[in-house]
Amino acid sequence: MKNYSVFDILGPVMIGPSSSHTAGAARLGKVAMSIAGKDFTSVTFYLHGSFAKTYRGHGTDRALVAGILGLNADDSRLRNSIEMASQRNIKINFVETDLGDEHPNTVKIVFKKKDGTEVEVTGSSIGGGNIIITKINEDNVEFTGTLPTLIVKHVDTKGMVSKITSELAKNEINIATMKVNRKGKGKEALTVIECDNVISSEVVEKLSKLEQVLSARFINPV
Amino acid sequence: MYNSGQELLRLANERGLRICDIVIENECELSEQPVEVIRNRMKEILKVMTEAANYGLERETKSVSGITGGDAKKVEEYRKKGRTLCGDAVLRAMARALSCSEVNAAMGRIVAAPTAGSNGIVPAVIITAAEVLEIDEEGIVDGLFTASGIGQIIAKNATVSGAEGGCQAECGSAAAMAAAAVVEMAGGTPEMALHAASIAIKNILGLVCDPIAGLVEAPCAKRNSSGSINALTSADLALAGVKSIIPFDEVVEAMYRVGKALPESLRETALGGLAATPTGIRLRKQILGE
Ligand code: SF4
Repeated sequence: MKNYSVFDILGPVMIGPSSSHTAGAARLGKVAMSIAGKDFTSVTFYLHGSFAKTYRGHGTDRALVAGILGLNADDSRLRNSIEMASQRNIKINFVETDLGDEHPNTVKIVFKKKDGTEVEVTGSSIGGGNIIITKINEDNVEFTGTLPTLIVKHVDTKGMVSKITSELAKNEINIATMKVNRKGKGKEALTVIECDNVISSEVVEKLSKLEQVLSARFINPV
Repeated sequence: MYNSGQELLRLANERGLRICDIVIENECELSEQPVEVIRNRMKEILKVMTEAANYGLERETKSVSGITGGDAKKVEEYRKKGRTLCGDAVLRAMARALSCSEVNAAMGRIVAAPTAGSNGIVPAVIITAAEVLEIDEEGIVDGLFTASGIGQIIAKNATVSGAEGGCQAECGSAAAMAAAAVVEMAGGTPEMALHAASIAIKNILGLVCDPIAGLVEAPCAKRNSSGSINALTSADLALAGVKSIIPFDEVVEAMYRVGKALPESLRETALGGLAATPTGIRLRKQILGE
């Protein structure tokens, strides 16, 4: 049995109408944006299941766009996010689709970046405003965005993971969960680490300069 | 931590405290935060609740889907004419509950209490009771802690989600929380507060969740209005000394079992109940563009 805080019962403060279809959607958008980076020119949302069916009535569309613009789930500007996006010259597309055997409230968000590259993030809104990110580009991942999260792309070589974790330990960062996803021995791998502390940009910078590390990105809790 | 109504009652009675005192103490321990921090956070919650509860009284709202809105204002204008069947306080509570629901459906800011769909009941009841009983902000905040304590126990032993337990789990829990809160605000004992909570759930045991087009709008708004009356009458019964024959924990357990027994079509899937009526289906097609 879970111990609920009084603020789990009276809360969250949110923009309506639905914690899963609106508040959760805004969080999905925001986490996806922190993964992709802010320098995008267009975004396409592939909506699956209940998201595809009811997104207009629940304002899921506006919530998702609010998220990618960096707004929180309780920001009253959420309602006008689509206009905000067009003012910033960001092209927005919604596509109703079937992503297969996924949670009913799932969205795949594809960012088109200024340099022409694309970043794909897939996640689900699993109830009460809670979310889970399940895929980044081709890599399967699993994290909730409630903890400071570190995403490191690297070559799968011996000792790689310990190099990363010892760098974190040196900076007194405690690891809550860690998951390595690799395409095969010696190939590219993605390590997702949920931490108890926020990681400074210097540490992220150091991690990204480690040998065999391709990129490191830090996501603030949303 | 208290796991049941009985434990909560024992903790309060042993030390001659109210339910809200025990809930606050527990929250301090759980979050490792001082009382002031927690009370201040609850004041912020109250602020959002108050705004949502009063917004629709004077403004015409329109939901995103276009099927609901404007009813809070109608009720408020009707109340002001001074000739109503239920009386001033009840009408005010109804209007406020509708306002919260309308703000939610129009993508305004609300507090899930315990859910977004049932967000109107706790604010409407507590704010209106505070007006009637002339209770200040600190007293209302106490009431919100009482309400949370009841909600914590229901969430722990049953569910507060319509998808899991039907509307009895959402609007029923909200009414139970609100009823217990106003009993304590009115000076009733912890025992009376639990009786009020039990009565409120018993009154709508079995209520299904059947939102039209799957949207948190209809019949949700009206169930918030009736839920707040349910809370107020249950509180008055308990304050008068009426007891629930079935104890609170057993009522919560019964609510959970009834929720489990509900077919999936009546648990937020919008496949049964009002959602499946000819009008419900027509509205769904119209809103979702099917
Ligand atoms: S009908 Fe369903 S969605 Fe509406 S308030 Fe009740 S439980 Fe929530």
